[in-house]
Order: sequence, then structure tokens, then C-alpha cells
Amino acid sequence: MASTSSATTATSPATLLRLATAGSVDDGKSTLVGRLLYDSKSVLTDQLDAVERVSRAKGLGHVDLALLTDGLRAEREQGITIDVAYRYFATANRTFILADCPGHVQYTRNTVTGSSTADVLVLLVDARNGVQEQTRRHLAVGQLLRVPTIVVAVNKMDLVDFDQATFNRVSTEVRAVASELGADAVHTIPVSALEGDNIVERSDRTPWYEGPSLLEFLENAPAGTEFADLPFRLPVQLSIRPQDAAPEFREYRGYAGQVATGVVRVGDPVVVLPAGRRTTVTAIDTADGPLTEAFAPQSVTLRLADPIDTTRGDLIAAASDAPEPTQDLSGLVAWLAEKPLRVGARVLVKHGTRTVQGIVREITGRLDLDALAPIPTDTLELNDIGRVTLRLAAPVAPDDYTVSRRTGSFLLIDPQTGGTLAAGMVRGFGAFDEAAEQAATVSWSI
Amino acid sequence: MSIDTDPTPAADAPAPTRQLSHLRELESEGIHIIREAVSELERPVLLFSGGKDSVVMLHLALKAFWPGRVPFPVMHVDTGHNFPEVIAYRDRIVEKYGLRLVVSSVQDYIDDGRLLERADGTRNPLQTQPLLDAIAEHRFDAVFGGGRRDEEKARAKERVVSLRDEFGQWDPRNQRPELWTLYNPRHRPGEHVRVFPLSNWTELDVWRYIEAEGIELPDLYYAHDREVFARDGMWLATGPVVEPREGERVETRRVRYRTVGDMSCTGAVESDAATIADVITEVAATRITERGATRADDRLTEAAMEDRKKEGYF
Repeated sequence: MASTSSATTATSPATLLRLATAGSVDDGKSTLVGRLLYDSKSVLTDQLDAVERVSRAKGLGHVDLALLTDGLRAEREQGITIDVAYRYFATANRTFILADCPGHVQYTRNTVTGSSTADVLVLLVDARNGVQEQTRRHLAVGQLLRVPTIVVAVNKMDLVDFDQATFNRVSTEVRAVASELGADAVHTIPVSALEGDNIVERSDRTPWYEGPSLLEFLENAPAGTEFADLPFRLPVQLSIRPQDAAPEFREYRGYAGQVATGVVRVGDPVVVLPAGRRTTVTAIDTADGPLTEAFAPQSVTLRLADPIDTTRGDLIAAASDAPEPTQDLSGLVAWLAEKPLRVGARVLVKHGTRTVQGIVREITGRLDLDALAPIPTDTLELNDIGRVTLRLAAPVAPDDYTVSRRTGSFLLIDPQTGGTLAAGMVRGFGAFDEAAEQAATVSWSI
Repeated sequence: MSIDTDPTPAADAPAPTRQLSHLRELESEGIHIIREAVSELERPVLLFSGGKDSVVMLHLALKAFWPGRVPFPVMHVDTGHNFPEVIAYRDRIVEKYGLRLVVSSVQDYIDDGRLLERADGTRNPLQTQPLLDAIAEHRFDAVFGGGRRDEEKARAKERVVSLRDEFGQWDPRNQRPELWTLYNPRHRPGEHVRVFPLSNWTELDVWRYIEAEGIELPDLYYAHDREVFARDGMWLATGPVVEPREGERVETRRVRYRTVGDMSCTGAVESDAATIADVITEVAATRITERGATRADDRLTEAAMEDRKKEGYF
């Protein structure tokens, strides 16, 4: 792990890291988040004054940093955290978007939501208790959602006298669960959120620990760079044909979208899916001028060599490495609605920029997050993670989620209300290579 | 302005990586959000007050549809107590980019008795009804707002695409999960969505972006001499809208505004920051939030913003 700041990184523009935090009740997550915000000077004095005032009014002997993160009236009144809250802090070379996921109420929904965009998942474990049921579930959700980096902060080290053997035992437990889940590397850091050890600065009370502090770790973790290494994909958001623009643009026809994965260069052969027509990129436009190449996650407008019919919902992909369009979608879904899912249900499926009708053909089972084993079922209840097969009214061109979070994910939407029903992950279709395809056929591997 | 990428990743990285700077990533995300809402819905509108956040949001919209025009109107809910220089700025920008401006006037509502002037003279909370009426009248189904999650603790729980029921109400306990970058703006007839492209921006990000892009703002964001008086720990501008009460002494101070809202409740801060670079230095060093420093309406109760948002406020 490189040190926090070096001559090279200090002068380059700051990069963005998205992280999610999760933990069981009373693991000290709110204190940890409060500590990160406070020690990085992202809490301002009027916010702190308000927290102090409320802490006093509640008769607390200490300033409750958890109040910084509980934003809604009901949360403060009931002393619980209801919903994911987003926090912002920055160091010299990184800015951080923190999705703070509450642990007890609707933990699946909240952890799935926070993990879906996270580069790093920070899990809290109480050093005295080690890995709990909730820890296993959070690790399972983090791995299911393919968060690239998972770090476990072993908290409350001050209550075990900063004992190395305790930390090592918890680390071994964490690694055992992680390997059961197939998570490559899960890091562990001994911390005390309450007293600030190994949060921002390395603590001299853990001389036996040679790794980075949590903030150092976050400053050096990969941030979304994996997307640029995948094959090129751009879901078309809209076509731009400005008939009322300046005369030189009257004939302009471009396809606007955000590069989901990979890199595209002028001259690259591409295929427009699901129709499968091949053409060439002739220009990559932005309001700031043309580019010779664009990469994920840039928002650009592409012009193509042939005047082929391209509209919102199409996917422009690298011609040499394109996904296979299909009307049969199979994958894992996290069911997030009160109303249970049953076979035969009609839903809308949103994949990339394409929304199509679908019908649930099959529910194979649901995943028991404690045993990490499938349980046969024909319905999915709120917070269940299950395996479903959908038949679609029109094809989509997905990648396997284990290869690409950006183009392997989909939503299930209620056609009546428009509400979001489920988070879907394509498993078993359109893998980039044989190895991934093989892995995907083992349907119950997380 | 070229796209600045990070050419020097961490020293131990094996190969050069393609990575956007955090500002360019936020810009790209904002453009993506605006394009999604416009593509999925029929009648979008962008709330434009001349405040810095709405100015940056409009800048993203101009980029999102280039070389085409912005394919929706902008709307201003005019409290009647706006700073004259901000109204002049608003009109100049609307003309410059050939935008269509919809104005909904709080003053009209007060004049014909639909709204009552509050005892404290503050008109910010009065904007909700004219806003919701205008949304209904024009049948707007996507309303772009410049709200940021770092502004305030109720806003920290807000979605990028946030549903409002047929009464314009926000139900913070029953929000849709927002997964990956798959935004879902679908809703039933009569409902609408608020869309916040700057959700993930901080005040400092907004200023750094204004600097990077050379975006023009109303002058009152920069230090100037103004006749002010102190009330509730803020400097209020003296004028037809706010008169000093007995014992409040009017004096000339060098001030600037961190937010631009209703003159009756928006305070100035003492500042010598006359340029964008000065402002960035000042914002980076400040220890008080912009709303805490300059908005009387957010100091009323701990849940003032949450309550206003539930009713349909911005």
C-alpha cells in the first residue's frame, strides 16, 4: 500500500471514490462515519453545535456522532436509521461519496442499494464479538453485488486492549467466510472509531499492525478503473438531431450516452444491438470539442459511418466483442417490494437504457444468506434474493454481472405504479469469455 | 476546455489507467441523469433561480444536448423579494441561450389573497404552492432541481430521481431504492418526479467547476460593499424588503452571498473574496455550512427543510 500522499499524486487532479458502510446494530458504524467526517474536517461547526445541543437535550453525557448521520425526524425520534444517507468528505487527492447503509431495518434493501454503486464496501465488526450472522449476510451481499474491494474494520479495539491475538482471530474468521463466498481478498484493519485509532492516522497502540489506516486504505483503493478495461459498451440515451441549430449542424445526427464500459476510438468498428448492424465510429463529440477516444464513465455523443436506424435503448458495442441479444433473461434478483413475486407476474425490465415488458417464467429458489445455500420456492418475499427466469417481449443484450456490473444489472419495475420492484443481476448469459461462462453455469455460486 | 484526466495514478499501479478527475466524473454523471430524465419523460422543466447551483445545472443541460438546444423550458418561482441584480442576470442568461422562461409569482398569490404574507416577512416557505400549481398547470412531469445532498441532513436522504405524489408530497420513509445508474422516473398520472443532477456535488465542487468552466454568476456572489444590518447573527441587506428594526444599526460592510434566495431571509457573509479563486479558498476554509450561515428559514427548527420538502418544496 502506497503512502497517503506522494509527490506524484499530490499534483494530479483528485479522483472520486464511492464507498458504502454497513454493520450490525451497535458495531459503532455511525461513530465510525462521524469520525471519518469529523477527522477529515467535513463536519462544520454549526452541524456540530446542533448535534451537541440535541445530545444535551437528550441527557447524554457525550456528543452522539450518530446524530450527524440521522437526517429525518422519525429517525431522531425513534433513535434508528431508516434509509441510506449519502455523505461527502475529501482529502487532498480524493473525494469520497459515502453511502451509509443502516444495519437492522431492511438491511438487504439498503446494503444492496449502497453496494450497487460502491467501489469499496466497509464492514464493521465488533472485536469482542467477531463475525456475526449479520456480518456473513453483509459479506454475502457485498460479494453478490461484486463490490470490487471489501474491507472489514475490526472496531472497538480499545475494549480488547488492542490485543493482537483478538484481531488475528477475527481476521481469520473474516477470511474463512470470504473464501466460502468466493471473495478474493477481504482486508481487515484494527480500529477504534470512538478514540480514532487507525481511522485517519496510524495508531501507536497497535505497533504490531503494519497496514494502512482506514483512510489511507480508502485513498489508495481502485476507484472505478475496472470498467475501462472491459469491452466497449454504450447504451444509447437519445439521438441528437438539432434541426433548429446553427446551419452547420442541420444535418447532424449523433447518439448520446455514457460509456458504460471500455474505450472507444474514432475509426473503431462497432455493432448496434439488438439489431446487430455493424458500422464504424466516425466522431466522438462533446460540447467541449471532439475527442479521439472516450472511456467509461464519460458522457459523449457518437457519430456513426452508416445512417442506420439507431434509437434510445440500443446498445453500441465493440464489434469484436459484443454481447448476444436474448429474450430469455436469467439471473439473481433482490426482491425489494412488499408485494411478493410469483410465477406469471408481468413486469417491466430496465437494462441499460432499454425498458421492455417481461413475464416471470420461473422462480428456481431463494438464497439462504446464513447457510449460503439455495432453498426451493415459487415466490419471493421482501428482501429475498432469488433466482428467476424471465421471458422478454423484445431482446436485450446483457453481459454477465460477474464480469460487468454496469451492463449485467437490470431493474424490475411495476408496470402499474412505476415503482422499482427488484435489483437484478444477469447470471448465465453473455459472458465475455468461456471461463466466466463456466463460472456462471454454477448457478448458486454467489 | 479539455477533459483533464489523471495521468499519474498511485505510484504502485502497474500501468497507466484511464481515470477521470472527480469534477469530470461528477459532470458526466450529471449529464447522464439529465439525458435519462428527458428521454423517459414527456414534459421536463428546469428550476432556474440564478443561484449558483441552478446555473451549474443549466450549464450541464447545455452540454447534454449540444449541438442541439436545451429541449425544455426553465422556471423561476419569483418571491417578489429577489435581488434585482439576480433577476437581471436570469433574464440575460435566458436570452443568451434562447430559453423559454416560465415565471410563477408569489407576489400574485399574495395580491389576490391565495397566500398570506407571514408575520416574519419570509417568503421562502410561500414558494411551495405557486411551484406546485405551475407544475400542475403546465403538466410538468420531471422537475430538475439544483439540490445537493451535502446541503442539509434531510437532503442527504434524497434520491437522484425522487417521486412526488399528486399533492407534490415527498415521502422520505417510502422512497424507491436507487440501484446502479439505472434511474427510474416512472410514475402514475398526476404524480411527478424531482430530478437532482447535482446530488453528489458539494459546495466546493460547484465552485471548482465554476472556475474550471469559467461560468458567469451574479455579482453578489463576490465581495462588494453593501449597506447591511445584523440580525440573528447574519448580515441582511437593507432595502424596501427588509427594514432594520429599532436598535439594528445600518452600516456599510464588505460582504458576499453564499446562497441567493429571498432577500428577507438570505444573509450575506463578511468577505474579501472578490474572485472565484478567492471564494474557493474561503469555502475550503470555512467551518459553517452555507445554509447555517445564510438561511434564516433553515434555522427555524431542526426539521425545517424536511417539513418543507414533504410539502413539495424544492
